[in-house]
Amino acid sequence: MSDMFQIAGKTYSSRLLVGTGKYKDFEETRHAIEASGTEIITVAIRRVNIGQDPSQPSLLDAVPPSKYTYLPNTAGCYTADDAVRTLRLARELLDGHKLVKLEVLGDSSTLYPNVRETLRAAETLVKDGFDVMVYTSDDPIIAKELEQIGCVAVMPLASLIGSGMGILNPWNLRLIIENAKVPVLVDAGVGTASDAAIAMELGCDGVLMNTAIAGAKDPVRMARAMKLAVEAGRESFLAGRMPRKLYSADPSSPISGLIGAK
Amino acid sequence: MLKLSINGQPREFAAVLTVADLVQELSLTGKRVAIERNGEIVPRSTFADTSLASGDALEIVVAVGGG
Repeated sequence: MSDMFQIAGKTYSSRLLVGTGKYKDFEETRHAIEASGTEIITVAIRRVNIGQDPSQPSLLDAVPPSKYTYLPNTAGCYTADDAVRTLRLARELLDGHKLVKLEVLGDSSTLYPNVRETLRAAETLVKDGFDVMVYTSDDPIIAKELEQIGCVAVMPLASLIGSGMGILNPWNLRLIIENAKVPVLVDAGVGTASDAAIAMELGCDGVLMNTAIAGAKDPVRMARAMKLAVEAGRESFLAGRMPRKLYSADPSSPISGLIGAK
Repeated sequence: MLKLSINGQPREFAAVLTVADLVQELSLTGKRVAIERNGEIVPRSTFADTSLASGDALEIVVAVGGG
C-alpha cells in the first residue's frame, strides 16, 4: 500500500527529514543520511572560509543535491531581513531551488522562534516565490496564520532545538494537525525513536531531526532506528489504534472450552 | 586600489576586478558559492559582467552541515 508524502507538489516516500549538522565528519554524515532513508536534508548557509584549500571535501560531495532534496535553512537568523537574505543566497547557490526551511530565532539560550519576525519573513518569502516550510512554536493560531500566508508546511517544535526532550505538548500538536490543510511536521525536540513514533501516531505528516541522530553514540544505527520509528508511527496512525478501556480488562483468549469446566 | 569588504573583512586589490576575477583571486573557482553585493544577489551568470567598485560589501556563502 503506497502512502506517499507531498510537499510543494513533489512526492516523497520517506516522512523523515534529516539535518546534516554536528556529525563527526562527512563520511559519518553520508552513512547516517543513507541509513535514515531520508529524501530531504537540511543544510545551513554560511560565509565561505576564504583561504581554505579549495580541494577540501564539501558537504555537496558527501550528500549531493542530485540525490537528495536540499532544504536550506535560516538557522542562526534573528531577524526577518537576515532570514530572507540568507534564503535568497541559498536559492542562487542551489540554481533557483525554491523549497526552504524558515526559522527566525528569538534568543540564543532557548532558540525559541521569534514568531513576529517569522510571520514577516514568511510573507516576504511567499511573495517572492519560495516554497516555505516554517519552524514555529506549537501555537495553533500562529500555525494557522502561517498556513494562510501560504507556507507549504508548518513545523512546530516538540521541545527546544537540540534538547532531546521529546514531545512536551501532544495536545497542541493535535490541535495544529486537526486544523491544518498543509502538512504538519514536528521539527525540533525529538530525542529518541519513541518520540518520533509518537509524533507520527499523533498524525504528523513527518518529522525533522538532526541532533537526535548526530548526537547518538552510534549515529548510523540511530538513523536506522528513526527510519523504523517514523514508519511504525505512521502505520500505527493509519491503522487506527484500539479504543482504550478504562478500568476493565478483556481477555485475548477464548473464555469457553477451558479444561475441567463443569 | 580597490577596497572591498568580503564577509565582513576589509580586503584590498591592486586593480579593478569583476566578480568573476574576484572568485579566481580568492581561489574559489569551481566551488559552488553564492554572492551578495551590497545586499543584492549577483547571479552566477553575470559574474563576468559585474565590475566591483571600492566600498562594495560582499557576502560569499556556501552550503554547510546544519539542522
